[in-house]
Amino acid sequence: MTEPTTPLTTAEPAVLQPGPLVSVSGLAKSFGDHEVLRSIDFEVDPGSVTVLIGPSGSGKTTVLRSLNALDVADAGVVRIGEVEVDFARRPVTKQEVATLRAQSGMVFQSHHLFPHLTVLENVTAGPVLAQRRDRSEVAGEARELLRLVGLEEKADAYPYQLSGGQQQRVGIARALAIRPKLMLFDEPTSALDPELVGEVLVVMKNLAAQGWTMVVVTHEIRFAQQVADQVLFMDGGVIVERGTPDEVLTRPRTERARQFLHRILDPLD
Amino acid sequence: MNDQTTQLILDSLGPLLRATVTTTIPLTIISFVLGLVLALGVALMRLSSVPVVSSLARIYVSLVRGTPLLLQLFIIYYGLPALGVRFDPFPAAVVAFTLNVGGYAAEVIRSAILSVPKGQWEAASTVGMGYVTTLRRVVLPQAVRTAIPPLSNTLISLVKDTSLASTIQVTELLRVAQEAAAPTYEFFALYGVAAVYYWVVCLVLSFVQSRLEERQNRYVAT
Ligand SMILES: Nc1ncnc2c1ncn2[C@@H]1O[C@H](COP(=O)(O)OP(=O)(O)OP(=O)(O)O)[C@@H](O)[C@H]1O
Ligand SMILES: [Mg+2]
Repeated sequence: MTEPTTPLTTAEPAVLQPGPLVSVSGLAKSFGDHEVLRSIDFEVDPGSVTVLIGPSGSGKTTVLRSLNALDVADAGVVRIGEVEVDFARRPVTKQEVATLRAQSGMVFQSHHLFPHLTVLENVTAGPVLAQRRDRSEVAGEARELLRLVGLEEKADAYPYQLSGGQQQRVGIARALAIRPKLMLFDEPTSALDPELVGEVLVVMKNLAAQGWTMVVVTHEIRFAQQVADQVLFMDGGVIVERGTPDEVLTRPRTERARQFLHRILDPLD
Repeated sequence: MNDQTTQLILDSLGPLLRATVTTTIPLTIISFVLGLVLALGVALMRLSSVPVVSSLARIYVSLVRGTPLLLQLFIIYYGLPALGVRFDPFPAAVVAFTLNVGGYAAEVIRSAILSVPKGQWEAASTVGMGYVTTLRRVVLPQAVRTAIPPLSNTLISLVKDTSLASTIQVTELLRVAQEAAAPTYEFFALYGVAAVYYWVVCLVLSFVQSRLEERQNRYVAT
């Protein structure tokens, strides 16, 4: 394995503007009778890292998927940069969804790489097939992104030939390639063997250091402590606690957060 | 086997081969290709979230699968002229077989599309691809893997089903064998030659199928 290297020119985050990059207010979502999100509000400053934690089923994935409208919320407003979608106003058009979705890059828990394309083709898929950018220009950029995630020598491999950690890093490069304003990560290390978790977290840490704005769902408390600017603790579809990693992870105010942290830090207790 | 029969068989080899190459094979290929295009359209209609659209497709598939192919052929060749639509034998056969393949292959393609995980659609969408691009570049290339074996079966069936076209004056392999046999009553010999020709065509197709399957496996762990 090659260690992921540090900052590079092409993967630079968008120019920062004053005020929050992301604002979410009054987000609500039900699946049938099941109310999964209730009045979610938060903001994300440009260049900051927000970590979402909480028990299984608390709605973390749904929040993330609402930010790029993979799940269409029932109500609430999501704004990323200049793009704002009011989900209460029906119908939400395909065009609105596409524009909102184009603002962020998404890294999935189970990578969802395109199995029939090589690593390089996976990374260029967005810019070439969707954004219709010039293939040769994009290829150069994609190779730099692969270097950024430490996988330049795997450019011609197929996803099945890679380890889980490598697949996840390709997923990160693929998401970066569309030049998003924001990066979304849904438990990117949960499906990995323990010894592969580190290499993915290192890449994410580097992105944060480079100034990428990130929203990360994870159970990696040490990562949150080191990298997060803001931690949101969710339970039962609401944000129960929010603050700095120190506030939420070290000195939680609510019993629910205390119990949750206790469970994941000392599972045998 | 007497010399006369042997001579008859030898004399028939050329004309039967010609019928295979000039009629049976083109009829198969044209109908199959057009049928696949139709089937893709029908499969996408079946998957549509608009109820009317998917119902129309469902009815079509049901009609094709629920009626005899021979009858479909007769309706198009003998029946449609009553409505003022008249086809020559070969085009009539192409229309009938295309419609037939369209119905059977639609179900194959539909389930092959459904076999591609939803995450692939979502991942494609998050990198900016729309419906058509996702289908062309992500979903169909993966669906092909699932679809090749059943579609090969459809094709091999079609080769044999083209013999039904002999009933509407298409001079394909079986009909040429019939015509050669009729005056001499050497049915066994000539139908035997025809059978060997069908069999060889199907063998070749099976070989092509396994090559295609190997090629498709290049991106999965085996
Ligand atoms: N497509 C869906 N249809 C029905 N219910 C769903 C759907 N997606 C999520 N849910 C439900 O919504 C609730 C929140 O799910 P979500 O995936 O957001 O939780 P999570 O916090 O990400 O959990 P985990 O830690 O297990 O990933 C769960 O109870 C889940 O069963
Ligand atoms: Mg989740």
